[in-house]
Amino acid sequence: MMADSGPKEVAVIGNTDLTSAELDNNIKNTMVEIEKGTSLLRKMEISVAEAEKRTGKNTVNMQELYTVYLIETRPVDALTEGITPDSLWRRYSEFELLRNYLLVTYPFVVVAPLPEKRAEIVWHKLSADNMDPEFVERRRVGLENFLHRVASHPVLCNDNIFYIFLTEDKDWKEMVYETGFQAKADSRLKAVNAAFRVKNPDGRFTELKHYSDDLQTVLSQLLRVRARVADRLYGVYKVHGNYGRVFSEWSAIEKEMGDGLQSAGHHMDAYAASVDDILEEEEHYADQLKEYLFYTDALRAVCRKHELTQFELEMVALDLACKKQQKEELVTGTVRTFSLKGMTSKLFGQETAEQREAKLQVLEHQLKEGEEAVKEKNTESDEFVKTAWVDIERFKDQKDRDLKEALISYAVMQISMCKKGIQVWTNAKECFNKM
Amino acid sequence: MSRTIDAVVSPTQTNTIPADISGQMLDLDEDDDLEVFSKDSTLADGNMFNASMQTSPGSMVNQCKFEEDEEGDSKDIFITVDNPESHVTAIETFITYRVLTKTTRSEFDNSEYEVRRRYQDFLWLKGKLEEAHSTLIVHPLPEKFVVKGMVERFNGDFIATRRKALHKFLNRIADHPILSCSEDFKVFLSAQAWELTTYKKQGPGFLSRMGETVRAVANSVRGVKNRPEEFTAIQEYVEDFSNKISCLDKVTQRIVKEQKEYLEELKEYGPTYTLWSGSEEELAEQLKGVAGCIERCCKETEEQVGHLSDTLVPVLHEYVLCAETLKAVLRRRDNIQAEFEAKNETLATKKVDRDALKEEIDKLEDRVEWANNALKGDWGRWQRSMRGDLKSAFFSTAEKNVDYYEKCLAVWETFLLSQRTEPSEETDRDNTP
Repeated sequence: MMADSGPKEVAVIGNTDLTSAELDNNIKNTMVEIEKGTSLLRKMEISVAEAEKRTGKNTVNMQELYTVYLIETRPVDALTEGITPDSLWRRYSEFELLRNYLLVTYPFVVVAPLPEKRAEIVWHKLSADNMDPEFVERRRVGLENFLHRVASHPVLCNDNIFYIFLTEDKDWKEMVYETGFQAKADSRLKAVNAAFRVKNPDGRFTELKHYSDDLQTVLSQLLRVRARVADRLYGVYKVHGNYGRVFSEWSAIEKEMGDGLQSAGHHMDAYAASVDDILEEEEHYADQLKEYLFYTDALRAVCRKHELTQFELEMVALDLACKKQQKEELVTGTVRTFSLKGMTSKLFGQETAEQREAKLQVLEHQLKEGEEAVKEKNTESDEFVKTAWVDIERFKDQKDRDLKEALISYAVMQISMCKKGIQVWTNAKECFNKM
Repeated sequence: MSRTIDAVVSPTQTNTIPADISGQMLDLDEDDDLEVFSKDSTLADGNMFNASMQTSPGSMVNQCKFEEDEEGDSKDIFITVDNPESHVTAIETFITYRVLTKTTRSEFDNSEYEVRRRYQDFLWLKGKLEEAHSTLIVHPLPEKFVVKGMVERFNGDFIATRRKALHKFLNRIADHPILSCSEDFKVFLSAQAWELTTYKKQGPGFLSRMGETVRAVANSVRGVKNRPEEFTAIQEYVEDFSNKISCLDKVTQRIVKEQKEYLEELKEYGPTYTLWSGSEEELAEQLKGVAGCIERCCKETEEQVGHLSDTLVPVLHEYVLCAETLKAVLRRRDNIQAEFEAKNETLATKKVDRDALKEEIDKLEDRVEWANNALKGDWGRWQRSMRGDLKSAFFSTAEKNVDYYEKCLAVWETFLLSQRTEPSEETDRDNTP
């Protein structure tokens, strides 16, 4: 299958020479293709297999220690042939670069988030150190998850830059910069300005923005409290380990009680030790929630883009209306609203007919341009709203599915924990009975 | 095996010997493996702290049988301590407890008594019992003050804990074959408040008690020279036991503390899911379900902590106090022997009235033997009680923990059942151990 759809045929979207109309067309085509199930993930097995430490010089020419991740790819049908996968190493900053590129290039897509750069919201036992092997391991899993998300996204999976990120070692960075995506990025200032001044954003986006904020707040809180609960649970279990030690020592001075105490002590040790696995499993659950916590940023980004587009449309439409009014005033000779022209004409007298004519011509030209601009912006805005909303619906379905599964797995974890507890204490009970 | 405990008559109350005691006194111990007393021993009871009372070894015959099951079907005295009440006077505020006794014992005039006693009265009783039977193991009283401060004295939990401990104290005495026959015990259970006050005023005066204290100090300074091996063994055991039980006490209290803190966090955790459900549509029901599960687990956790506090913590604490009691008993035994040894030495080295001294030494020798036997007998009894109490407390704790996890399991399984639409793909996970 890989031979059929080589990178060149598939990766049209990434080509920034296309006009916006063509781009949109391609998006439509790609979206039709989803239904046929050609997501990259189905054709290609992607994994982030390992992590390694490297040293190297950074941008200020200082030695630093960093981690690299091994990306392995292999065509799906090659599995049975035992072909070794292609692989290359990437560091976290390259993942970030890729994501930024995707964000700018596909502003209507809710782009999957990366795992945390630095460990935050951890419970005390887990180190907040980036070099800690447990953290690195969880990040590895998170990065793999990110790649899977992108590779299974109906639009993103066809991006050439993404494909090269996965398959070609050299010069990927240069290629990304060459797309000029950084220039296309909307400045933060522009976006904030638009958010304040936009008059008629689509109500659904406003609602989505509020939902994102709410979700972020509640998930942050949930993760914090969960970490504290985990902390406390750890304490409870570990203190029981002391029973093990003391029972053992006590059994040495007792005759009849000795055996019972000794074996009860072993069970207490087992109980204390069991909490490590329990909490490690729970970290996976926490990571699933964290992914959606970080997703809220992507949601907000899409909303911002809409606001910006809408704002630009409104500005252009306003400009057009202004020009129309100016023309009218010029033609009818009346000044309806207070304006500088009105003032100057009062002060300096009316202009000549030639002057008026010249101005009118300029205005006519501007009006025509303005109308074109409005038409263009309108189309742009409509397209954006349409495509964004499709992806948002996709995201919502994905979120509901994923979180439903996460909650179920959480329940399964609790059940497992209870079963272990029952076993240990039943055994301990037997031992106490023999005391 | 029926209990055929024979009355032990305290030498200080010669007028209360039950009429039928003579028939029972010479019953021999049929129970071979509990032969703690020599069958033909004729022993004097108690210590001779009361200088005015003379006892001769032959005047009393003391035969006791220590049974494994003290609370067998022939239990003939039932005591409850309940109903704490606050009393306010001009000088002080204190709590009294109702002590209700039901008994068929002949030495009691009535079959039922209801009196009110305050902590001081219990202290007095303990003191009297230890005075009369210095090498018997008297179950400890709850402590006088809580370390944290006097303010705690009238706190509801403190009173409840104390009441339970006082209840246990009296019942342990009632179960004790020798101690339960004490006249002081009988008076404690039956006398009205003013009667008790009068009764307390009897007995050795201040000066004679001073004399005892001085002697006791002198004896302990002297030290014992030839302590029998078995008592050294007991002492070593008591040291170790004391350490272990103190450790367990601390560990258990720590567990309670951690569990309570866990509970506090858990109480915040559930509501967060409910909060989240407010923003969701598809997930709302599920999130509320999880919140509900956590809430129910909270309740179970609360119950479990309560059980731990009510069942294991007090018992461990009791035995920490027991260890101290044992140390004191061993010291007192040592002192008796030290006194005997000292007098013996005097006999050998100094110029004194040999006959008078010899007589004293003989009495002391008997005292030593009696004290040793009393302790040995009670030691076995104490060990059995200890084993029973601690086994029961730990067993109960483990049982409660199993129950706790079973209840939580049910909560989550119910939730899971309500969520599963396709059981087939989930069963694999469920089967993972």
